[in-house]
Amino acid sequence: MKKLLSVLLAAVMMLSTFTACGGGSAETETESGEKVLFIGGSGPLTGDYATYGTSVKNGATLAMEEINAKGGTNGYTLKVVVEDDQADPQQAVQAYATLMDDGMDVSLGGTTSGACIAITEEVKKDGLLMLTPSGSQLECTQYDNCFRVCFEDSNQGLYAADFIKDNNVGTKVAILYEKSNDYSNGLKESFVAQSAVNGLEIVCEEAFTDQSNTDFSVQLQAVKNSGADLLFLPLYAQEAAYVITQAASMELNVTFFGCDGLDGILEKIGEENKALTNGVMLLTPFAADSATEPTASFTKAYTAKYGATPDQFAADAYDAVYAIVAAFEKAGVEPETEGFNEAMVKAMTEIEVVGTTGTMTWTPEGEPDKNATAVVIKDGAYVAFQ
Amino acid sequence: MNFLSNLISGLSLGSIYALIALGYTMVYGIAKMLNFAHGDIIMVGAFAAIVFINNLGLPMILGVLLSVVVCVAVGVLVEKIAYKPLRNAPPLSVLITAIGVSYFLQSLAQLIFGTNQKAFPKFIQVAPVHIGELTIKGESIVTLAVTVTIMVVLTLFINKTRMGKAMRAVSEDRQAAELMGISVNRTITITFAIGSALASVAGSFYGLTYSFIGPYTGSMPGIKAFVAAVFGGIGSIPGAMLGGILLGIIENLAKAYISTELSDAIVFGVLILVLLVKPTGLLGKKINEKV
Amino acid sequence: MKSFFNKFSGLKKSARSNMITLALCLAAFGFVTAMVATGNASRHMKSLLVPICINIILTVSLNLVIGFLGELSLGHAGFMSVGAYAACLFSIAFEETLPVMVRFPLAMLIGGIAGGLFGLLVGIPVLRLKGDYLAIVTLAFGEILRSIIINLEFTGGASGLKGMPQDSTFNWGFIAVVITLFVVMNLVDSRHGRAIMAIRENAIAASAVGININRYKLMVFTVAAFFAGVAGALYGHNYSIMTAGTFDYNKSIEILVMVVLGGMGNIRGSIISAVLITVLPEMLRGLADYRMLIYAVVLIAMMLLGTSEKFMMLRYRLAPKRLIKRALQERQNRKDEKEARKYG
Repeated sequence: MKKLLSVLLAAVMMLSTFTACGGGSAETETESGEKVLFIGGSGPLTGDYATYGTSVKNGATLAMEEINAKGGTNGYTLKVVVEDDQADPQQAVQAYATLMDDGMDVSLGGTTSGACIAITEEVKKDGLLMLTPSGSQLECTQYDNCFRVCFEDSNQGLYAADFIKDNNVGTKVAILYEKSNDYSNGLKESFVAQSAVNGLEIVCEEAFTDQSNTDFSVQLQAVKNSGADLLFLPLYAQEAAYVITQAASMELNVTFFGCDGLDGILEKIGEENKALTNGVMLLTPFAADSATEPTASFTKAYTAKYGATPDQFAADAYDAVYAIVAAFEKAGVEPETEGFNEAMVKAMTEIEVVGTTGTMTWTPEGEPDKNATAVVIKDGAYVAFQ
Repeated sequence: MNFLSNLISGLSLGSIYALIALGYTMVYGIAKMLNFAHGDIIMVGAFAAIVFINNLGLPMILGVLLSVVVCVAVGVLVEKIAYKPLRNAPPLSVLITAIGVSYFLQSLAQLIFGTNQKAFPKFIQVAPVHIGELTIKGESIVTLAVTVTIMVVLTLFINKTRMGKAMRAVSEDRQAAELMGISVNRTITITFAIGSALASVAGSFYGLTYSFIGPYTGSMPGIKAFVAAVFGGIGSIPGAMLGGILLGIIENLAKAYISTELSDAIVFGVLILVLLVKPTGLLGKKINEKV
Repeated sequence: MKSFFNKFSGLKKSARSNMITLALCLAAFGFVTAMVATGNASRHMKSLLVPICINIILTVSLNLVIGFLGELSLGHAGFMSVGAYAACLFSIAFEETLPVMVRFPLAMLIGGIAGGLFGLLVGIPVLRLKGDYLAIVTLAFGEILRSIIINLEFTGGASGLKGMPQDSTFNWGFIAVVITLFVVMNLVDSRHGRAIMAIRENAIAASAVGININRYKLMVFTVAAFFAGVAGALYGHNYSIMTAGTFDYNKSIEILVMVVLGGMGNIRGSIISAVLITVLPEMLRGLADYRMLIYAVVLIAMMLLGTSEKFMMLRYRLAPKRLIKRALQERQNRKDEKEARKYG
């Protein structure tokens, strides 16, 4: 009897879960008479990488609110949803499926590269436009309808190596990178490759993994012994904050040099450690305290709304939403009609967007054409490099 | 000289592991449960200290002390709600509940404090010590001293006081202890209170050493400390100390002389080897099998 | 039909239970396939089907170690990763030369064998270790594997393995589930299964009656790891990218949660809890930021409700079984009264 009951219970549960899942059929565009352009994406909103996904969600939401406040686009109200994927390809695909059930028109892909690559496969089948804010691995734009806002990893390492060589920022270079992170690894590899080409001397290569990403005493000791005068940090701001504070307590005197991931370091390192960032250099398309528009007003609005300075991820997502809207206006085709996806993809290569991460146009391969600028941190503020 | 400085940084890392492992091993020894949420109690303690110091503007030392109170409250509450009803349940159910508590604390911290890591105030400022070319960080010396003191006090407490005796009795044989008039529930609650207080201290020193605290900061040190506790023989207080210190030193020497990428694989490899030779850890009691 | 029921009720109790489990799976499969075929299934639901199969295989196989052998293993994700990488590398190599119908079963087999080999490797220290010490060693093995995968070139390193054909379908997953269930149920029901359970109950007594403990422990570890490898193969071929980070100790813990929730040594329970734990976080998507918080609360609540003595008593008092019994009893009483009146 008890067994029968448990089986019955299980069957009811399974049935209810499935029908609950199956119940949410695609929403129509004209919900309560309002025409909606639905942009969906995913990112890690919980778990170890939650900070990246949350930034993307915040940035995209802010863009949506601004656009809707101005009356939407082409008579359409914007709807942006960023689902949680915990940086996991499996959950990213499930999040994507949920969004498709809800009637997504354009995808923001994934926040992290792995999740984003898994989504590209789905997007390829469905044909809709995908514009990832921050999927930086090469394969994130492997199909014709996939685009990105950020730089591709290998480009950044190359720019950085050339920049250091050309401007003579450092002569003996040490590298500290995260082996278990694709962004960090990709940047490091292209940096090393380009150094071999342009003759930049690398005296020390140190690594760490996500299993021990808080203690860098040994690596920094090795950097110190190598006599390097510049430490290249292809890292995200949080890890870099650990490195910079620990380097200070070890009395290591080098110039820190990073790429776009390093942006946000001023916020991450905290008020009391801010002095340590003096002289940190970064090559980034986005600088939160830039005085130029639209960056200045974006930073202001973002800080007011979320109580935090926007980072690279937030800026990329903000630009992604504006770019999609620009493409939508250019394409001039109604969502969910024949040829909408094709028109959107075509429009992506024709638009020019003045965003927070620079003025961008897109190549048919899905890469943004924009410039990174070098900035130096002086007294807790970004100053253009001279 | 290099070797010495790596050794010393390993000692400093190891003393953090040891500090966390002390709480782990104590709860395990007496309540016979793997408190997977221990690492997250560390995070709770560190965040409490940040709130007291940065948001309420209390003096730093007072803030750190108050964070101990918060942690004890959280620890005891968790024990009452989640673990106590499972006192006679299979150990694995308790383990899963502890994992649930761990997820709960992490998500709650993320909802309250956001996803960004927060800078931890430097509540103790000690100048680095220079011996010849060697530089030893001030915080490392303090951490090591605190860890050793706690270990000694804890050992004395368990071996010399009435409460300690009760704890040992509960650890040895719960039913027999009950028959001798010891309140098992009370003893275990006190164990959790002490364990959480230790976690809070560990949290503050973790924050002091590494400067940043986030909602998920506790999980990796928690696992490492678990490894350290098993390494030294889980349930043994000197064992946790030894295991933690050795783990830190091995990790750093592996990073320095073998490979920074594979240092954790090496640490785990050494752990496996040690356990193969000594199946109950370095200082663990030998389990006698009874028929 | 009647003779079937006679035969059915004449079977051993465990065999009967196994048949019910398989029949339920088949019914669920039929139901879901019909839903998909008639277009009643959402994309979201369809995206969950293969993960559900993967988790059922993982849970049932880990239950063999935890529930039947009584040893705690925290390295199941490690075996899964070995199987996944082996199978995917095979598929990438033979994508052009072999048709799917041949390639994918072979890939699953290779994944299984690779997982099984590592299971054997890890099984050897198992012979010496017990309880939490064993748990930590299996956890260590899993983390070592992850470190090594990240550092190897041919596994794609940190950026992950890409370019495998996406061969995993619900049908393949279901076939793998049925095979897993069939093997595990038969193993458990056999002489070997009884020996394994004897070791769980009392290892010394078991060895005293001539059971070769080492052999059986190795056998269980290898079989469980084999199926973890198969599940890994299914996982690897379901997405276009696979990173080592997926297979960390959190994944092992997730599988452990499913096993404990379903009940130790309860295969049907394992299947149900695998489905539940896969679907639950997805169902909670609507809660947005509170998703993982609620998930944690549900997890704790399920453990408390399932195993706490107090709640068990409460549940017993409220159990519908008793209500039904009481209703039946009352009806019987009334009947008796009537009869009594009639003859009285």
